[in-house]
Formats: sequence, C-alpha cells, structure tokens
Amino acid sequence: MKIHEYQAKELMAARGIAVPQGRVATTADEAAAAVRSLVEASGNPVVVVKSQIHAGGRGKGTFREHPDVSGVEVVTSGIDGGVEATESAVRELAAAMLGSTLVTIQTGEEGKQVSRLYIEQGIDIARELYLSVLLDRAQGRNIVMASTEGGMEIEKVAEETPEKILRHTIDPAIGLADFQAAAIARGLGLEGTAAKNFLGFVKALADGAAEWDTDLIEINPLVVTADGEVMALDGKMAFDDNALYRHPDIADMRDESEEDPAELEAKSAGLSYINLDGNIGCLVNGAGLAMATMDTIKHVGGEPANFLDVGGGASAEQVATAFGIITRDPKVKGIFVNIFGGIMRCDVLATGIVDAVQQVGLEVPLVVRLEGTNVEEGKAIIRQSDLDVVAADDMKDGAAKIVELAR
Amino acid sequence: MSILVDQETRVIIQGLGSTGRFHTEKAIAYGTRMVGAVHPSRAGTTEVFEGETDHSGVPGRDDTYSVELPIFASVAEAVEATGATASVVYVPPPFAADAIMEAGHSGLDLVVAITEGIPVGDMVVAKRYLADKVTRLIGPNCPGVITPRQCKIGIMPGYIHQPGKIGVVSRSGTLTYEAVHQLTRLGLGQTTAVGIGGDPVNGTNFVDVLRLFHEDDDTEGVIMIGEIGGTAEEEAAEFVARHMDKPVAGFIAGTTAPPGKRMGHAGAIVSGGKGTAGAKIAAMEEAGIVVAPTPTDMGSAMVEALG
Repeated sequence: MKIHEYQAKELMAARGIAVPQGRVATTADEAAAAVRSLVEASGNPVVVVKSQIHAGGRGKGTFREHPDVSGVEVVTSGIDGGVEATESAVRELAAAMLGSTLVTIQTGEEGKQVSRLYIEQGIDIARELYLSVLLDRAQGRNIVMASTEGGMEIEKVAEETPEKILRHTIDPAIGLADFQAAAIARGLGLEGTAAKNFLGFVKALADGAAEWDTDLIEINPLVVTADGEVMALDGKMAFDDNALYRHPDIADMRDESEEDPAELEAKSAGLSYINLDGNIGCLVNGAGLAMATMDTIKHVGGEPANFLDVGGGASAEQVATAFGIITRDPKVKGIFVNIFGGIMRCDVLATGIVDAVQQVGLEVPLVVRLEGTNVEEGKAIIRQSDLDVVAADDMKDGAAKIVELAR
Repeated sequence: MSILVDQETRVIIQGLGSTGRFHTEKAIAYGTRMVGAVHPSRAGTTEVFEGETDHSGVPGRDDTYSVELPIFASVAEAVEATGATASVVYVPPPFAADAIMEAGHSGLDLVVAITEGIPVGDMVVAKRYLADKVTRLIGPNCPGVITPRQCKIGIMPGYIHQPGKIGVVSRSGTLTYEAVHQLTRLGLGQTTAVGIGGDPVNGTNFVDVLRLFHEDDDTEGVIMIGEIGGTAEEEAAEFVARHMDKPVAGFIAGTTAPPGKRMGHAGAIVSGGKGTAGAKIAAMEEAGIVVAPTPTDMGSAMVEALG
C-alpha cells in the first residue's frame, strides 16, 4: 500500500525524523490560510505548493487544464511582496491545481486528479542527497541506500554512475549500527553538525522501516541546509500489505481514490485482480499460472485485459464474483478460463462458471480449459449446461482459440 | 534417489486448523509418514485420520488407512517423542514465522512453510534466526515438496506425479503442476518437485535446489520455473553456467506484467526496472537453459534440453 507524501511526513515527524513544516489543504482558501503560520514559524517568505498524488515525477509533471502549472510550485512572491502576496499567489495556484488533472511520467496519459495539496515552508537548500531503506531480496534483509545525487532518479544513477551509490545491510537483530551510519555520512561527504544530524536521521529511518513494515522508504531529495540541518524534503513510503493488520493507523491512511475500483472489489472478495489494456479477459487459479496465461495470450497474438487469480481454494461464489468483474469490463471481447485444479476441484469451478453465466449473462465468446482434480466431472457440468463454451485441450490451444474468437 | 524428502522422512504438522487437517489427511492417504502434530492447547490428546488410500502414492498399502496422530505442546517435544525429521507449517500468517523459528530451534532437517501472507519483516527475522541452524526452510507461500510414491509434504495433487528422472523447482504452485503433468505424460517423471514459494524472502532458493539436483545421481535434467521480481533466476542461471552439466529447461512467467504492479505473489513485481521477465530469460538462455515460450511447451523444452 502506498500513502501520500504528507502522510509519510506525519509518520516521520512522529518518530523525530526532521521534515519541513507543512499543512494539508483541500480548498484554495485552506491553502491560502496555511501560508501565514508557515511563514511566521519558519521565518522564510518562500512556500511550496505540492500536489498530493501517489505517482512520482510531480515536479516535472503539468496539469492538463493548466499546462503552465506544474505539480509542485515554489512561490517566491513573498520575498518582495510580503505574506499577502504569497497568500494570493498560493490561492491562485491552489484554485488551478485542485480538481485538475496532473500528468506525470508515472501517471500515464490519463493523468491523476489532484484533490489535496500540501503547503510547505521553503527550505534554504545547501545540498540535495538521496536516501532510501528497502528490501534486498537476495540477502533477505533491508538495506540503506544513499547517494550524493539527490533529486535524480536512483535507477538512472545506478545505471550511469553506480559508484555513487552506497549500500549498507541492516542486521534485523541489531538495526543499523553506528559505524554503518557514520560510514554513510562520510560517504556522502557530511561533516560537523550535518554529519551528527544525519546519524540520528538515518538510524531513526532504518528503525522506522522495521517498525512500520515498509517495503520502501525513499527520501529524494534529502536536504542539508546551510546551517547543517538534515531534512526529508520529499517522502515516499510503501507498506507490506500482509503486515497492515498490525498497523491500523497506517491502514487508515489508504486513499481508495488512488486505486482501481475493480481491483478494490476483487480484493474485498479475496481475489487478486489487475486491470490491463487488452481485450481478452482471463480467469485463472494461481498467480504464476495467471501471469503465464497473459503471456500465452500475447504469444499467440492477443492482448490480455486483466490478471485474475482466484486462488487455490476459491468457492463457487468467488468464481462468480470474478466472472462478474470480467464481464462488466467493456473492453473485454472474449474470456479465457484456465484452471489447473490441484486443491481447487474442476467440478466446483465449473459450477461457479455456470452459475455466474446464468446470473450475469454472457455476450462474448468463452473458452474453458480445465485440467487436474475432477476434470471429467467439471467438463461434464459444462457440457450439460448448454452454455456456449468452447473447450480447449491445453492452455496454448485455449489461448489461440479465444484470440481467434475475439477478433 | 531423490532430494530433500523420501520414504524415511518423518513429518510433523504445525497448524492443525481446517486447512492443515485437510492436507494432513491427503498426505497420509498418499503414504507420507506423518508422525505427530503441534498444538499447545490440545497437547496430550490425539487426532484420528481415517479414509481411503491414495494408490497414486506409496505402493503396497491396504485400501484404507487409520492413523492416530499424537499432539504435542511444542516442536521440541514432538521431535523428542516421534523422531520427526521434518515439519510442515500451516500456521496462520501472524504466527507463522515464529512457528518456522521453533522448527529451526528443534533441529529438524527440514521445515516446509505453506502459509501465504506472512509479513516480509517477520521472514527477515526468521531467515536470520535460521542462518546458524541446521534446519532448511522451504517456502513460505509454496505448494511444498514431493518425491513421487515416497513422500508428499504440502498441497499439491499427488496423482499427477510419477517417479522418474527430472527435478522440478518453481516459484509458482500451479505452474509446477503444469510441468509435472507434462513430464508424467511424456514418461519422464520426476525425482522430486520443489516449490520454493512466491514471497520476496524465502528459505531455500533456486541455486540451493539446483545444487541438490546436480548432486543427485537419479536426476538427469531439471526444469526451473521462475517469475518476475528479484534476481534469483539470474543467480540460478549463473550457477547453471558455471557448475551444472545436467540439461536444464525453464520458463519465466510475467513477460506481459506491467511494471510496479504486484502480480498475485508478494514477490512478483517489477520495480525500478529490476526483475523483468526479459532480463531473466536472456540470462537463462545465455547459460544454455532451454526456455519454453509458453508453459504448454515446458515438457518439450525439457525433451529438447535432454537432446
């Protein structure tokens, strides 16, 4: 699960990790009202207006309705014009941003509607660094990754100048050791107050990753101010869904408007579903088989409309829900059911399909491939149902048949 | 011969809920030597399993079975009393990592964790705990391990397997069944089929299993089935190139998976351009592995690799 920048900063601040001061605004008036207290608290006339969406690349993204406005705007009019000038500039920007569609490199062409802004104090930046805590799967441990190349995409740094990335493995029994934090500070060229502040920052962040069950915490940029303060200027966090049960406060931060409605419906029915761009709907048991089914459709010249794993022990009701999600998708021109029954019995699956078709109807071709436990009973149920179903011998045969029928 | 499990393997179960009970019944029907269960609140009692023998399993048994499994308060007590060598974990996700560590503490040879949905942070801790223990962990979030007609630990359907000469190792359950089914139809059969699981942090990885198959005299070829996410397949390909002279075939799921989306398995995600199917397939082909274009072709890819 992802959360917004302002939420990530709330979590960090609560752990004593330094972040700039900021206020959330959902209207232009709220945005303007945030200005005065921020300027007074920080003594800095500059404020930053930041769109809150889950996708990255906000600073370089622009609004479809206002191509001259970017997703993150720095407001400097207060330097000469005072707080009133800042307030009116922020109000104007907020009015343009709120309700408009921000298109960034990560949102795709359709963009993302902005319904929340974060108004933040301006920071006098001396250096921009990169810092993250993430899982290193090969070791089965979290690592701290740091780089002097703040503000750049880390993938790009890894490709072009891999020597500029520092990596330190966190022992789960110890946390990030002091000597490791010190080595990172030295590697980043930090000295004096900045180095001291960084040690506290990085250790708190490493501990936070373990305590919050994050998949990823990325601070890009991490900034050092002229007087040696170290702060998270941006903050991205993603959490392990399987651990959310023990973090109800974090689970409450979920923003369902950032998620696909069909994916949410599937999740609440215990199904794993991902919406894609093609026209062949897939209903499969097992994650690996579901991915491979998409691949096979592509291999025979088609395009999958979705990933859908009904799981190992799905009930007839879950199968019916899954079928409903697929048939309601207007881009679906054919459906491929691909089941290798292990724990799941083919007769249960077949009953679920027949029930679902009777409930929701079927207006597109349907190809069913059944294999495994009780396969003959399953095939008999489908044969006797008088449904217009094409049987397939194996998954490649089934994929070829549905791609042909959907043309 | 086989790897990891055989007719001598003595198995206890941790997590005797409805799922655990269901699969214990299937394992006993198959002929697996189930010798006990761990369930603190029911320690000192027994659980009776009765039913019809699955004749696709261990040969030479009566048509029905009746087994009374003793229940123990801890893994250590179960091992002491039964001489168990392996354990299978069906414990619910919040408590599963602790169950795995308990198995490690008790000196078992093998713990097979079937549970799906264990927090990654818990597995990071469990993996570190097991680092200096003798116990090998398979999984979690896996179908288990089977040596046909000898021992079935996990949730796979037994009857699709057949003793033979191909080792199977996979991150996906249902794709393992596809491969096994094809090998059985082709008459190649399996020495052992191992599901290493779909989670980002697991116990035994591809390289570990490939090494075991490499050293197993009866295994003449290996099918490895990977998927997007992480770099375990690339490391496996390097191992194959450097150390294996047995033919290897493979398949990678997720060529069409969009980046940044978790495809069902917690570990199946392309992030930051890492873990793509394309990179894995390229590394495997570079290592001389015959990569099947679709899962339907896994069996024929193995035949091709065998030459």
